[in-house]
Amino acid sequence: MSALTLNRKTLRALLPLASLALVLAATFYAQPRTMSYFGLNLMLQYAVPIALATIAQMFIITVNDLDLSIGPFVGLVGCIGATYLHDTPALGILALLLCIGAYAAMAALIHLRNLPSIVVTLGASFIWLGIAVMILPSPGGKAPDWLKAIMALQVPLIPFPIIAALLIALLVHIGLMTSSYGVIMRGTGGNPRAMARAGWSELRTKMAMYALAGFFGVLSGLSLIGLTTSADAHIADRYTLYAIAGVILGGGEFVGGRVSPFGAVIGALTLTLAGSFLIFMRISPDWQIGAQGAILIIVLALRALISAGEARR
Amino acid sequence: MTALWSKLRGQPWIWSFIAMIAVWLATIAFTGGQGAGEILTAALSFATFTIIIGLGQMMVITTGPGNVDLSIPATITLAGVVATKVMDTDNARLLIGIVAALGASFVVGLFNYGLIRLLRIPPIIATLSSSFLILSTAISYGRGIRIKPPPMLADFATTRILGVPLLAIFVLLLSIGMALLLKRTLYGRTVLAIGQNPRAARLAGLNVDLTRFATYLLSALLAGVTGIVLSGFSGGAALNMGEGFLLASIAVVVIGGTSVAGGRANVPGIWGAALFIYLLDTMLNTFGASAGIRLIMTGVIIITVITIAGGDRQQR
Repeated sequence: MSALTLNRKTLRALLPLASLALVLAATFYAQPRTMSYFGLNLMLQYAVPIALATIAQMFIITVNDLDLSIGPFVGLVGCIGATYLHDTPALGILALLLCIGAYAAMAALIHLRNLPSIVVTLGASFIWLGIAVMILPSPGGKAPDWLKAIMALQVPLIPFPIIAALLIALLVHIGLMTSSYGVIMRGTGGNPRAMARAGWSELRTKMAMYALAGFFGVLSGLSLIGLTTSADAHIADRYTLYAIAGVILGGGEFVGGRVSPFGAVIGALTLTLAGSFLIFMRISPDWQIGAQGAILIIVLALRALISAGEARR
Repeated sequence: MTALWSKLRGQPWIWSFIAMIAVWLATIAFTGGQGAGEILTAALSFATFTIIIGLGQMMVITTGPGNVDLSIPATITLAGVVATKVMDTDNARLLIGIVAALGASFVVGLFNYGLIRLLRIPPIIATLSSSFLILSTAISYGRGIRIKPPPMLADFATTRILGVPLLAIFVLLLSIGMALLLKRTLYGRTVLAIGQNPRAARLAGLNVDLTRFATYLLSALLAGVTGIVLSGFSGGAALNMGEGFLLASIAVVVIGGTSVAGGRANVPGIWGAALFIYLLDTMLNTFGASAGIRLIMTGVIIITVITIAGGDRQQR
């Protein structure tokens, strides 16, 4: 453990924060008027649902799986939120609980039959979308007033989205990174066999992680319609991709249970800001998706460079 | 009969064909036997595209866990746009168009593997990120307007011989070629060996890197071929033409009996699975199901078939 290895490790940990700072600086440079309470509030509004979806994806990645259905799932939650939860709250809550249960059931299926998560979740994405289309065939519905009130909260000095994002990260950090059950969950991603030998049911852990992902997916959908005030089955299709990118940008590893809640939230903030930045730079809409892909590749390239140095030591 | 059945049951591809025949029978039972042949002909036409990309995806998935090509839909779109734009509805420019589209796909494959090998990005993330760049390139190059394919390409993609699409025959030959490539060549055997145990393959002196490189190239090129013929089939390239092929490309491989853990590939299963997926859609349409029900049923049935067929054969 030379000082330099430690340095590289710190460097790796700081990379997500550095990317956020860079994108933030670039945005301020491109549009100085965003450097205000109001500007940040407006730009980062959608960071809250994206951060929640990213955290959901992070739980799945922790146990070495990948969820390709989180976007349509968030859309489905939005549709339930804007219809049942608004009209008959009890029924709405029941439906949302069922959604979380469905995620846990998906975990059981994947684990018991040893199926690839990407195929099962890809199939599930059709189911979520189908149900959402049936609930809300065309865009509409009304978000419950309390949701709108929460999302429109004005906090003095620091914009609400920043406080909300940090709070989410802190809560998940305490649960996953510092609690003993969190260690078991991450351990299941690191070495499932060892954890099973130690007497921890992999099935239970996976179901718990998927249920948590479902729960955060529900929070994401609700916070999203709190902002948009109405819903649409396709409202969050892009979230699947945002969520994966957010986890990776935040320094999460794809396998081995190496994840970071703060990183994931920072990744989500970076992505949200990158979207605004691209608009301020007047980059043609054709290249918007491409530019996000490029940002992802650049960050991963930087990380590979740092890791390569680490390995050479 | 029982001996035949027990032999057939051991074949990984059998489930996809059983599912396909069941769905077909359900459809013609509903229509009272009407259009049984036409449905099959249409299924053969539409399934061919899924089969071509399925073959490429199969090779990628066979090289081991974590290997999957998510850039296939974007590559289809890019190849379709490049082909129709370069051909510019002119038969004489057919060849240049094909070369240009395949060239673009080649670059995609090169780029994908570069990300995976040089930057050590996991293939799922690498191909996902590159697919955004590819799609943006296609959007920016295509500029929206739908250009018709040259008549020769359109004819090739839509001609039928005795009810059998010419394209299906072409894809049958391609599939036989791929099966031979997999079973009889050094490249194919190496792909299987890497999927079973990359370390052992490397220690045995096989060229693992070159083989993986060739596999990602192959997948991109096959996606390119699909883009070209699909634009001929559907009267031009469209920016959403790759949509739906992501699930299809992975689903046909898995339903077809190829091991997701790598090391075991199955070409006939891809045919059964591709036909099954198309016939499933036809069946739900025939039953007059609403869009929502159709989506739900597609998801449920795909998960069910994978649960029945795909589960216990895999090992870690």
